[in-house]
Amino acid sequence: MNEKLIIRKGSLGKLFEQMQKSGKLIYAPVNKDDKAEFDVLNDFNNYREDYIQTVQSIKSVVFPRHEAILKYRKDHSDVKLDDIDLSSGPETVLFGVHPCDAAGFDVLHAVFTGEYNDKFFVERMKKVTVISMSCSKCDDFCFCTSVGLAPDSGKGSDILLTKLSSGDYLADVISEKGKAIIDSAKELFEETNSEQLAANTKLIADVPVKFDLDKVNNKLGTAFESPVWLAHSMRCLGCGACAFVCPTCSCFDIQDEGNSTCGSRVKCWDSCGFSNFTLHASKHNPRDEQSQRWRQRVLHKFSYQPEQLKIYGCVGCGRCSRACPVDMNLQEHLTAVNNEQ
Amino acid sequence: MEELKKKARELLEAKTVTMVIGYEEGTAGIARPAFIMDPSKAEKLIFDKRCNHNLALYLSKKEVKRAGKIAIVAPMPVMKSVIVLASENQVTENNLVVLGISADEKLVEFENFSAVEKYITEHPESYRAKDKELLDRIDKMNPQERWEFWQKELSKCIKCYACRGACPMCYCGTCTVDCNQPQWISVPSHEIGNLEWHLMRAMHLAGRCINCGQCADSCPLDLPVNILTLKISEDVLKNFNYKAGTSLQQDYVMSTYNPNDKENFIG
Repeated sequence: MNEKLIIRKGSLGKLFEQMQKSGKLIYAPVNKDDKAEFDVLNDFNNYREDYIQTVQSIKSVVFPRHEAILKYRKDHSDVKLDDIDLSSGPETVLFGVHPCDAAGFDVLHAVFTGEYNDKFFVERMKKVTVISMSCSKCDDFCFCTSVGLAPDSGKGSDILLTKLSSGDYLADVISEKGKAIIDSAKELFEETNSEQLAANTKLIADVPVKFDLDKVNNKLGTAFESPVWLAHSMRCLGCGACAFVCPTCSCFDIQDEGNSTCGSRVKCWDSCGFSNFTLHASKHNPRDEQSQRWRQRVLHKFSYQPEQLKIYGCVGCGRCSRACPVDMNLQEHLTAVNNEQ
Repeated sequence: MEELKKKARELLEAKTVTMVIGYEEGTAGIARPAFIMDPSKAEKLIFDKRCNHNLALYLSKKEVKRAGKIAIVAPMPVMKSVIVLASENQVTENNLVVLGISADEKLVEFENFSAVEKYITEHPESYRAKDKELLDRIDKMNPQERWEFWQKELSKCIKCYACRGACPMCYCGTCTVDCNQPQWISVPSHEIGNLEWHLMRAMHLAGRCINCGQCADSCPLDLPVNILTLKISEDVLKNFNYKAGTSLQQDYVMSTYNPNDKENFIG
């Protein structure tokens, strides 16, 4: 399936209204304290199309900051366990996310359905339709083209919208889920032809390629003992800002919360940058220094994941580098690895 | 800052220090912390108004401690932090050279920590404009409005702990939030977990925070968490006549008993 249709400038809002009327929960970039962030969109006037990047990714829709995975309660001498039922959650549309974020779902999918099927992720993802918007702008932190993606990549999207010079949008219908959306609002979409397409320029950002991904992957294969990790990470604060804004970071911690009569087991975000991430019960820590933790972050995304899951753990959105308080710029570090003799 | 580069190079060449912690040009017009060990690299050092990381945080990192004697580029917040760390026996003048930077961006050299202490006392600083503005706004709120303000702000927290990472006084080997036997602080970033974390952080910094504001500046979500510790430092000054980072002989206010302490908060 790869049908190309046109949706007129003024019809985007109508599409939103139709999806809203059919009971869908719609997330989109909106203005929050002068910055673009994803949130539930209730009024299309709040939709912000021209953002470069939000601070946080949209992964929390399928991988929340924290979620109960079971509940327990004491009933006299008996303990009752209650499973969490996610089947009644609403159909969800992620509207206007960038192609990097859409591709991030493929990475999460590979992790959460690999060795173990994480039913919480799977159940949530089933209900999600991704209508992404090609990027017409980028900044120095964007590097999607260096990790095999593009500002108009359809990876992970169900529909990819691309703004045209006429102000209208080209809609690439990529999956069955996307087709279902189109079918429910047929009157808003028009057939297109090659002449029409040729007369219109697609407004797509020019994101320069900074490094050769295969070459970086190759070099990282023998870089475990390299002094580069210490040199790059001296300034690293060991916080989790990079991991928590990342659309593909998927590590979590399991915590029990409650009292003697009831409580829940909670899955919550964790980060390999934290010193206690690998702390053993014996107090031994195989990653005792920040340089080892930074190495883990880079190798996991660019060496271990491609080897084990056949997918790179980075979509080049640049959020980690924008969020880092001390300018740990991933793109700069990978370019340095690439250029190393 | 030619004089800073020159001084750094001299210190490294003479092997007086093995590392100079300062600032360098980062990516996309950002200044960032730099760790210079090679005298020829002293050229990379910069100082301008973008250089506001509190570099004193690195003095407790094992990678830095291992380097031996250190010189640190120290605008006022770094100087004050060094004094707090010295009063808490975390740094000594035998292994630290303070390369002070005056408000008008000139190099100030110090004989010892006492000279740093004297310089701080002679150059009192006022709050940063944005901090003063928000503090005034919060001061005007009634308790209910304040509660709502902080609930709204803290509910956004994702518990990345950048605030902790950026703070020179958060040097504990195991932070209370990471203790799990028992688990003092709820780990998930839900409302209560966030509230517990930020209250605990603020209380542990009572009388120790020098108001550099780096906890807030480091927050990816721009939560104004520095206002919590700023407000506490005002209370500490008012009640105990105690200002962090001004004296080498200070004890920790939260664990010091003085018969003259006001007791007006009791009953």
